[in-house]
Parts: sequence; structure tokens; C-alpha cells
Amino acid sequence: MAEYSILIGGKAGFGIDKASSIIGRIFNAVGYHIYIYRDYPSLIRGGHTFSIIRACRDKIGAHYNKVDFILALNQDTINLHKERLKGGTVVIYDSDLVKLEGLPATVKTVGIPMGKIIKEENANEIMRNSCIIGSLCRAAGLNWDILDAVFRKEIAREIEPNLKVARRGYDSSGELIKIKPLAQESFPILSGNQAIGLGLIRAGLKTYIAYPMTPTSPILHFLAEVSEDFSLKVIHPENEIGVILMALGASYAGEKAAVGTSGGGFCLMTEGLSMAGMAELPIVIIVGQRPGPSTGLPTYSTQSDLHFVLNAGQGEFPRFIVAPGDAEEAYYWSAVAMNITWKYQLPSIILSDKNLGEGVFNFDINSIKDINEENPGAWDRKGPYKRYLNTESGISPLAFAPDKEAVIKVNSYEHDESGITTEDPQLTVSMQEKRLRKEKYLSEEIGKYSAVNIYGNKKAPVALLCWGSNKGLCVETARNLGLKVIQPVVLSPFPAQQFKKAIEGVDKIICVENNATGQLERLIKFYGFDVDERILKYDGRPFSLDELEEKIKGII
Amino acid sequence: MTAQLNLGTYAPNTWCPGCGNFAILNAFKTAVNELVSEGAPLEKFVLVSGIGCHAKIVDYINMNSFYSIHGRTLPVAEGIKLADKDLKVICFAGDGDAYGEGLEHLIFAAKRNIDITMIVHNNRVYGLTTGQYTPTSPLGFKGRSTPQGTKELPLNPLELMLASGATFLARGTSHGIELLKKIFKEAIEHKGFSLVDALQVCVTYYNMYEYYDKRVYELKGHNAEDHNEALGKVREWDYNTDAKIALGVFYRKTAPTFEEKFVKTDVETIDRSLKIKKVLKNSI
Repeated sequence: MAEYSILIGGKAGFGIDKASSIIGRIFNAVGYHIYIYRDYPSLIRGGHTFSIIRACRDKIGAHYNKVDFILALNQDTINLHKERLKGGTVVIYDSDLVKLEGLPATVKTVGIPMGKIIKEENANEIMRNSCIIGSLCRAAGLNWDILDAVFRKEIAREIEPNLKVARRGYDSSGELIKIKPLAQESFPILSGNQAIGLGLIRAGLKTYIAYPMTPTSPILHFLAEVSEDFSLKVIHPENEIGVILMALGASYAGEKAAVGTSGGGFCLMTEGLSMAGMAELPIVIIVGQRPGPSTGLPTYSTQSDLHFVLNAGQGEFPRFIVAPGDAEEAYYWSAVAMNITWKYQLPSIILSDKNLGEGVFNFDINSIKDINEENPGAWDRKGPYKRYLNTESGISPLAFAPDKEAVIKVNSYEHDESGITTEDPQLTVSMQEKRLRKEKYLSEEIGKYSAVNIYGNKKAPVALLCWGSNKGLCVETARNLGLKVIQPVVLSPFPAQQFKKAIEGVDKIICVENNATGQLERLIKFYGFDVDERILKYDGRPFSLDELEEKIKGII
Repeated sequence: MTAQLNLGTYAPNTWCPGCGNFAILNAFKTAVNELVSEGAPLEKFVLVSGIGCHAKIVDYINMNSFYSIHGRTLPVAEGIKLADKDLKVICFAGDGDAYGEGLEHLIFAAKRNIDITMIVHNNRVYGLTTGQYTPTSPLGFKGRSTPQGTKELPLNPLELMLASGATFLARGTSHGIELLKKIFKEAIEHKGFSLVDALQVCVTYYNMYEYYDKRVYELKGHNAEDHNEALGKVREWDYNTDAKIALGVFYRKTAPTFEEKFVKTDVETIDRSLKIKKVLKNSI
């Protein structure tokens, strides 16, 4: 078996997230692909936070319910995750805090007196996470050197006491299994949010504007951190209305801008979205979904805003919507979204969710098709400049202030070619048609991309239909069960031709979604396609592989 | 001599005859003419308007413009200014627009002291939506949404702006075009967030020409650099009770501006690609 799942849990404030990232990197260092699912409540201290780190020979993007290791920094981690135990699971726990009762006899246990160790080493309480990582490495038969190297790279402050405490944890445990290092290349580890940020940078992002909101705040944090390296302006204004209008101002002045939010913030942005549609101002909007309605479950995940982003904003205007499924797709399609918004002057929306954005993946840039920053065609400087010149494609040439030869007027009202307000009925019709015409050309371009992905057994009569962060889950499940997977990545304009081709030879479509009403199913129905079965999950948590497999077996 | 730029457009003017907006339009065009003849490049001006009668002004001026949405002039203007700090960005907003729908943006723009000029067409009534009270209408104002009279006091926008960090505050009226032009020029030339509260008269829904004419006076010998003195003058009239109404520059301060705090280094596409690789290398 070349795969392991490790659950680490404790209270918020115990450094669970950092510990899970370090564990991921340790496995990465010995040639494993990793995926991390992070589960945390909406609070700063207390509650129950856990991560599941899965390490595998193959590329993965989902987790199993059952785990090989449980690292318990508190009692809840034992009490709340008993159903994840299997024969041979290793439970490593702080014996100063945690009581093991009623565990199956097949479970192996390692109790480490972490309170005592922290006290003896005069270390900080939070370093219990380092201690338990030390015990994990020993129990898993990993060399100390690997831990030492990863710690030195990942821990910026107080590295020596962390190493000391980890060493005590290492020495206090016995070797229970022997994890075999794999002779595979180690790939970078990125969250979906970081991949989105890098993709935008690749396509020329200059300004990122956002108001903090889970699950997209990490994009704001990441870009703010690298802002000087990439000459980015990263701004956190008064609210999401200010966010989108500021971005539209930057866009008017010729700067490539993006904004990020979740459903609630996107509600506030819709007037700006509609303005972008009317004024034909390029903008990229990242919407990271979390369960609603309203505040809902702020730190959990959903796919329930598809129809919201498809229809948000008053009036009729075309938009580009893409839902990447993993870190590579997040990078690639974020760059595409930026290029498209500037080429067609219509809003691009990157529809993410908490599982994609805050999930951690291996990232292989060489597996991604080359993508470069594209710049829109410049005005030919013949005749007076008209911001809304009514061309065959509907796309008007752009000019930016200051330009001695051009007066550049954009307008939220219906307007003529020069951008002056009009209420003339004929002009209204021709300008509305101009804006809508762009979608036709965009659809043609989308035809050149792989806008609907196919995985698994391409000849299988049963296909799993999924979108967004369920990609990794469905691809792996299909591999185990011999099924086909169909994943539409572009959701507007909907690639109906590619979709039609993808379902050729399929007798049964099982739609897998994280929402209560089947939103992708509803979308494809509009284009004349039906699904046969649906598997929906809407408790805010992702499907696990074992859970989905069982549900599918009940259907086929 | 001032060069006479033709700043007009072909858009038909749809303001009511006698509307105070004409004075703002003419004073502004004259101010721009003078600024351009003094060396300011016309193409570096960008005008931003909200929605309301005031906002039509951008259709009537042949200059770069962004006709935005109600209450949102400032974030748009801030985005433009941050993209290119050499642009002269001027907002036109109504009182409902600036002091109602977009108040949060106004406070933050002042707080940041971003180098933008905000001209508020303050007629103290909603015109385009046919006569409702605004944040600066006096207590008891009978509008179409408050036929029995408002039950709330107006806010004093200049006092609010002084507290928020604006570094240039002035007031003019639409019956006083020469002073208005002078104030506009000074506001535009001020480096930092400047706000001009222009008491503009709506002849249809709230004709205050006579009321203002009786009470206005021009500030003389006022020390605009002195915060306390400015506060005293700003509080002289509270937009509600009868008092003398001062016109001119109330406050002026030199302070660092928001946009100049962003350091810009040019990163070429090829450079970005290499730097992305560096980020990835560090993520292994």
C-alpha cells in the first residue's frame, strides 16, 4: 500500500493548520503526492479543528473517511473521530490530556506526555504540535533528517525549541510501521487560493482588491505578501461595493484588476457587476462558495451559488464563468479568465469554493498548457475615438487616459458609441445587441479550449458528472469503479457542443454535487440534457472517497 | 489670456431652466480652461459622476469621464487614481449620492487623504426621483416620502469631513459663479482629498435662491490652516437652523496622500514567469 491518511486535531489556536502543512511537506519530501482537507469552525480560539493529510503514490484531490494515523492534541480528536479508525490505525496522543477509552483492540496507541515535555524544555504550549509531528515521524519509520529539513524550511521563528520538542516526541515513540520513500519527483504544494493568485499574476494582474471573507481571504493575504515581488497593488477597502467599483476604476485606467469574495460579498458587488456589463469594463471576480443562505456555515464548503453567479446583476449581459477543479486548473483558468475579460470586455467570474480554495494540492506547472498574458488590440487612431464603436464582433477598441487624441467616456446609462447617454429606442437596441454579440465570439473561442474535461474509462456506459472541487473525488472514484467522468469547467457561455460530445455513448449520468437542489443538473437541463441519478451532499463537508463509492454502488 | 477650449458636447442639456447645475457646469469649465492655459494637460483630467441630475454634467463636458452609479463616484475615482497617480480625478456627486448612498466611501476617501476632488451638488433634495428629503434637508422638510415633514436632523457634511481627515474643505453656491470657479481651481490644485460643498439650487423642488442670498457671506481673514478655527466656522451653520452661511475655503492642510504610498516597480512578463517559478520552488 503506497498511501497514508493522517488526521491531526485539536482546538483552534493549537497550530493545527501549520502542523498539517508540515506533515504534508514531510510526505512530499519522500516522494508522495499529497492532498489536505482542512476543517475548522468559525472562531479564533477553542472549538474543534482538524486536518486530514492524505499522501499517495498518485496525484489526488480527495480524502478517505478512514485514516491510518490520528494525532490527538485533545480529547475531542478521539471522541469525534472514532468512526475513522480501522484495523491498524495508529493513535498518537498527548497522554497528559487525553484518555483513551473504548478503542478497538486492533488500534495501536502511542501516548506521549507532551505537557511534561513542554515544561522540561521550557517551550511554548503551541509546540505540542511539533512534538506530535516528531512522534508521527518515528512511528511511521521516517528518518529524523527529513523532519529536520522540513522544519528548518517551514518554521521561521523559534526553530531550535521546536526541533528540540519534536526530537523528544520522536524519541518517545516506537517505530510501528515503515513508510517507504518513493522515488518520485516532489512537486510544489499550493492551496487552490494560491494557485488562483499565481494564475492571475501570470496573465498580468496589477491590482487586487478585496474585503476579507472566508474562503477567499487567503488570496488577499497571499497577494499582499508577494505584492512587492510582482509590483502589485493590493488594497482592502471599506466594503465589497467599494471593492468592485475601485477595480472598475482601475480597469478604466487600463490596469488589470481582480477582486475576491464569497456569496455575501458578491451580493454587494452585483450593482458593480451589472455596471461592468453595461460599461464594458474588464474585471475578474473570484467567488469562493460557502454554504448559505446568508451567513450560513462560514468556514465550510458548498456549490450552491452557480445560478447566483449565472444570473447576478440587473439587465442582460454576457459573462465568462469558469469553475476550476484543482490547483493546476485554478492557475490555468484564472489566467484565461483575465485574458478573456480584457479581450471581450465582459466580466470574468472564477467560481471556487472552500474545498478548492483552502484545500492543499501538489502543483505540477509542466502539466499545464502554456499560458501568457494577452493584450487587447489597440485603437488604430483613425478618426475620432469612440469608446463603444459598434463593430462586427461587438468588441470596441480600447484607449486609456491620458491620451491626447482620445476623449474616453464610459457610462452606466445606455449610451451611444461615444459614451454619451441616450434613451433613443433604435440606439438602445443596437447597443444591447452589440454587447450580446460578444458572447457569440467568446463561445467560438471557448470551443478551442478543453472546456469540458473527460476522465476515467472513456467507453464506460456510466458517467459521473461533476464540477469544481469534486473533480479529484470523482476522478479517483471513477478509476476505482471503472466509470467515466465528465467535468464542465466553463459554465458560461455553456460549452453545449463539447458537452454533447462528452456524453456520447453514456447510458447513465450520475450527477455529483455539493448542494441541495442540483444546480449543474438544472443548468444542463436548459440545454436539453438530462441526468439519470443525483448524489447530493449539503452539510458543508466534502464527500469522502469511501462515502461516494458506497453511494454509487447503491445506484449502479 | 485664457485659451478658450471648446469643452461642450452634442448632448442636449436636460436640466430645468434656472437649475443651479448650470452655474457649477460653467464655473467648472472656466476653471478647467484656466488650469489648462496655466499648463495642466487636458487629457490628464478624468471626471467621475454618480447618478442624479448632477451626474449629467459629464455628458455635457468633452473630457474623459466615467458616468458611474449612485453613491459610487469615490471608489471609482480611487481606482483610477491608484492606477495612474498623474491623473487629475474629479468627482461630481449629489447630496443624496455623496452623503446618503455613498457616505461610507466618502468617509474612507477622506480618511485616506487620496488626491481626489469631490464636488457635491448639494441642493438638499432628490431632484431626479422627484422631490424627497436628503441627508442635508432641514428638520421637518416636506418631501414626497415625508409629507408630514422629516423627523430627523440633517448632517453637517463639512463637520463630518473635517472629523474624517479631509485636507481641503470649501463651500460655494450656484449664485456666485466667480467664487465657485476660484474654489474649484483651488480644490483641484490641492494635493490630497478636497471636498467642495456647492449649495446648488433646485428650482423645481427646493428653490432656496432667496434664502441663501440673504445669508451667505464670503470668508475673509479666516485662517484655514487652523483646525480649531476651521471647526468653528464649519459649525456656524448646521444646515438646519437659520444662521449666516460662510462661503470660501474653511480648511486646508498639507499631508501625505494615499496613492503616493504605493511603490511601483515595473515587472515585465518574462520576469513574472521567472518569479512564479521561484515561488513554486519555495513551495516544495
